[in-house]
Amino acid sequence: MKPVERRLMRELPLLRRHLTYSTTLSVVGAGLVVAQAVLLATVLADGFAGRPLRVGPLAALGAVMALRALLTWARGVLAQRAAADVKRTLRDRITDRLRHTGALRLAASRHGETATLLTRGLDALDPYVVGYLPTMAATAVVPLTVVGWLAWTDWTSALIVVVTLPLIPVFGALVGMHTARRTARQWGLLARLGGHFLDVVAGLPTLRAFGRERHQARVVGEMADAHRRATMRTLRVAFLSSFVLETVATLSVALVAVPVGLRLLHGEVDLRTALVVLFLAPEAYLPLRALGAAFHDSAEGIAVAERVFAVLGDEADAPAERTDHAPAPDARTAHLRLDGVTVHYPDRATPALRHASLSVHPGEHVALVGPSGAGKSTLLALLLGFVAPASGRVEVGDTGLGDLDIDAWRAQVAWVPQRPHLFAASVADNIRLGRPDASDAEVRAAARAASADGFIEELAEAYDTVLGEHGTGLSAGQRQRVALARAFLKDAPVLLLDEPTAHLDPESEAAVTRATVDLMRGRTAIVVAHRTSLLPHADRIVTVRAGSLAPTRPAPAPALTDGLVGS
Amino acid sequence: MTTHTQTATHASHTTSASRANAAAPTKAAAPSHTHSAAHTTNSAPTRLHTPHPTLRLLRHLLPYWRRLLPAALASAGSDLAAAALMATAAWLITRAAEQPPLASVSLAIVAVRALALGRGALRYADRLLGHDGVLRAVAGFRTRVYEALVPLAPAGTPAFRSGDLLTRLVDDVDAAQNLLLRVLIPTAAACAVAATATGLATALLPKTSVLLGLLLVVAGVLVPALVLTLSHHAGRAEKQSRAELAVLTVDLTQGAADLAAYGARGRVDERARSVSARIAALERRKALTTALASAVVLLLQGGATVGVTWLAVRAHADGALPATHLTVLAVLALVSFEALTPLPAAARQLAEVQSSARRLADVLDAPPPVADPPAPTPLPATGPLGVDITDLRVRHRPDGPPALDGVSLRVPPGRRVVLLGASGSGKSTLIAALMRFVPYEAGSIRVGGRELSDCAGADARAVITGMAQDAHVFHTTIRANLALARPDATEADLLDAARRARLLDWIASLPNGWDTLVGGDGATMSGGQRTRLLLARALLADPPVLVLDEPTEGLDPHTAAAVLTDILDATRGRTTLLVTHAHSGLTAADETVTLDRGRVVPN
Repeated sequence: MKPVERRLMRELPLLRRHLTYSTTLSVVGAGLVVAQAVLLATVLADGFAGRPLRVGPLAALGAVMALRALLTWARGVLAQRAAADVKRTLRDRITDRLRHTGALRLAASRHGETATLLTRGLDALDPYVVGYLPTMAATAVVPLTVVGWLAWTDWTSALIVVVTLPLIPVFGALVGMHTARRTARQWGLLARLGGHFLDVVAGLPTLRAFGRERHQARVVGEMADAHRRATMRTLRVAFLSSFVLETVATLSVALVAVPVGLRLLHGEVDLRTALVVLFLAPEAYLPLRALGAAFHDSAEGIAVAERVFAVLGDEADAPAERTDHAPAPDARTAHLRLDGVTVHYPDRATPALRHASLSVHPGEHVALVGPSGAGKSTLLALLLGFVAPASGRVEVGDTGLGDLDIDAWRAQVAWVPQRPHLFAASVADNIRLGRPDASDAEVRAAARAASADGFIEELAEAYDTVLGEHGTGLSAGQRQRVALARAFLKDAPVLLLDEPTAHLDPESEAAVTRATVDLMRGRTAIVVAHRTSLLPHADRIVTVRAGSLAPTRPAPAPALTDGLVGS
Repeated sequence: MTTHTQTATHASHTTSASRANAAAPTKAAAPSHTHSAAHTTNSAPTRLHTPHPTLRLLRHLLPYWRRLLPAALASAGSDLAAAALMATAAWLITRAAEQPPLASVSLAIVAVRALALGRGALRYADRLLGHDGVLRAVAGFRTRVYEALVPLAPAGTPAFRSGDLLTRLVDDVDAAQNLLLRVLIPTAAACAVAATATGLATALLPKTSVLLGLLLVVAGVLVPALVLTLSHHAGRAEKQSRAELAVLTVDLTQGAADLAAYGARGRVDERARSVSARIAALERRKALTTALASAVVLLLQGGATVGVTWLAVRAHADGALPATHLTVLAVLALVSFEALTPLPAAARQLAEVQSSARRLADVLDAPPPVADPPAPTPLPATGPLGVDITDLRVRHRPDGPPALDGVSLRVPPGRRVVLLGASGSGKSTLIAALMRFVPYEAGSIRVGGRELSDCAGADARAVITGMAQDAHVFHTTIRANLALARPDATEADLLDAARRARLLDWIASLPNGWDTLVGGDGATMSGGQRTRLLLARALLADPPVLVLDEPTEGLDPHTAAAVLTDILDATRGRTTLLVTHAHSGLTAADETVTLDRGRVVPN
């Protein structure tokens, strides 16, 4: 057993239970196999001897075969249920893990792999749980039972089986090792050739643009052919293993059957014994042959389990659960204060913020300007508790942010990020994010305030339009306004806005600016503003450069700055 | 059509991350339902008399029967050898029990040994021939699908608007492989064994053949048919839940910050858990039925064995059946069912192949959005050409609103015109119409005095081309990525194009220079480098009319302005139409036109 398998067994009691059930069922199954062989041999030998047909053994044979069917059904049901439960448990553990991972890290890092893992990836465990584990249990039980019975019935045949049986794992391992090396070498080539078709199809518009589509049609055929040749090179070797296993197994049956026949010829055994040997011998090899195939199929499941544990085992950024939270102060009257704050991101050499200090009065509007990457977004993330300072303090009122009940604090903050995430739900539900119980009228009012009502009502099903992946169907400006509507609906006393007008065309920018200015009225607001249109509405402008806050200056009169700052 | 387009977007979330590079989702040059609407109206009447999609898929693979038949024969041979081995061994043993002279069983001894060796060899041949034949068939089918896709790119099928759909389309093509390897070949082998066993039973004791044949048919036809129905049925509910989980997972990861800031993380987490529980419940329920199939086959095997043995023993007691036949019949009943064991799995596979075949049929049936005229007018392919667009109207759907409504625009020879406009204003549609990717229903586009709709699409694109919005970086070297625009380009041409796109420094900084693999899982490029690569490719193509669609999409404002300035610099003196939504960096343009909701805004 590999370490991963051991960990699976250790951490999932239901998998251990599954193995126990499988073993028990295998024992019963082995008994039934022997009974079936003995009964069928008895009926046939009786018939051969010309004895009158007895219903008893034949009925018993029917009953045994029916029981085998029932057993197979039970084994299938139990195994597949175990697989479903294992996957569910792992899925829940991963979601749990995601929940306790830093929000920003999760959003920024490529978690596509985790998503794949949660949905289709875990299904790769099916062959392991449904196929491999029960087969392993059967391998431990069935050959032993069969050989035992054979030894008792006809020890010469048992001897032949005992000698040839180990050949299967030995040959299997030998061929397996050889093919593994060959396959590993071919893998890169196969992946590249296999991916070619997708690449060409994805590039078809480009090929047509340059009149190269006909030429590529030939290349598609050639690459597919190259892929076939490379695949066949690997398969010729890979299939050798199954060839060897099949041949050893069938040949062993011949090795058992022929001597028994010859001994019958000389009257050394009776027909019943000979038939029992014939029926039982293949059953001894069956689990071992199945194990080879099941082992192959389970390899991907093992790899998936490794990835699952890699995700689960990554405990580095799990925050310690705290219970001694201070109550969050009322944000309407509390100062926001940064005191000599330094922030380090693990993957960056220089700190994102360096000894930054800033104090914001209740109701004040502060604009942050500066080149991209200077640390403006980090400052907002600090105030949201998404990142913790390496040194220095972030305070709300007189309490450190780290001592607060962070959810109670976030409930008083509305955040509009640079690229808001729109969920695959209706527009209305997207706006309701912070207040799931808000009425339709309130949602509409918020959308109106964010000047989002116009385009929303033009959508196919207005507020009930379900947004696709990442809110496709909406332009960047429209998405920004949906996020602003979210903030309006939340009606929080503190606003953190991250470049709400970046990447917008002029018309959208004007609409978003109007909406943002309306939203800021009467609230404490910290706005990252690259463009000019929002700056006139700030009480104070703070320049962030390479992680440091430049001395702050009051915002000049709107008429002077329009069109100058930030260009 | 529409329904599975939707499920597809959800279900394939998962692959988007791994294959995003290979198939970057493209912004719609047409609204997303264009195709489905046009398609259903066109194909609904024809579908009545076209055969089942799976049969049509099969028809594409039939030309390869010469390769596939030996594989099927080897597979059947291997299964027959397994059954024959047991039957011959049974005969040998029974005959030996009658204690005849050795000579009368020696042939059987040889046969048992030969069958034992032959089984493995035939199985090996079956696998090799099968895979070789199937891979050949799939290679041919890929070319066929590719050719069907050519006139559809990029506006004729939704696949080109979503990387996920495209990935699934490619996977669907590979479903042909499963149809042959996992459905047809095992079925052929099972049929061969069942027929042979029934035939042999007829020869030995006719009344057993009725029972055996009947039970084999039930196990080989009815049980798989039942599995097929159940798979279709259970598949739907489960697929829906899985799609929901995929969406929730994206929300939980990519939307984690938004959720946390709005205190909604717990809520989504709770939903993910309940969906996960629902999937597990569905899987548990499915387990009851799928396990049933193999149990029923075993039950039928038991019935056949007991029944045939009973009949045979009675016939033997009556003196109507020799003893050797008695055991052979019993063993035959027992082993003939073993060839049927892969059939329930084949039925499950078939259920999946059927949905793939349906989706492929949609692509193969889709009408091309732009058809070439029967006698195309030739276009002058050299010299400075201008473009005159008058009153152009383009609709993505016959009943939809016009995407371009009476657009008139003149690009004089040698001039650089910048087309500005917000997203959705119709800029990309105009480029697509110029490149003959979408048809226009009214107005005219004249190039060098010829009406574009009278010319062949390929000729139009030889004159008007450049950087389309969904431009693709292929998984190959930088050199090959550029040279595809002009295969006969000299080294000097390449260098010149790269220099003008300001790409040369970056290429020089790479360890493998021009031979660096990009795209796919190749070296990663920044957005700016990618844009410059596509720009260099367009400059290398050097068409009489150069179109550049949103060359600064996804760049930060500073880089975007620099790239635009560079582009205008590099295209001085060429007929150029540059589409952008950016405003800075355009001072060098000869003319600027603004588009708004499908109309030109008067200056």
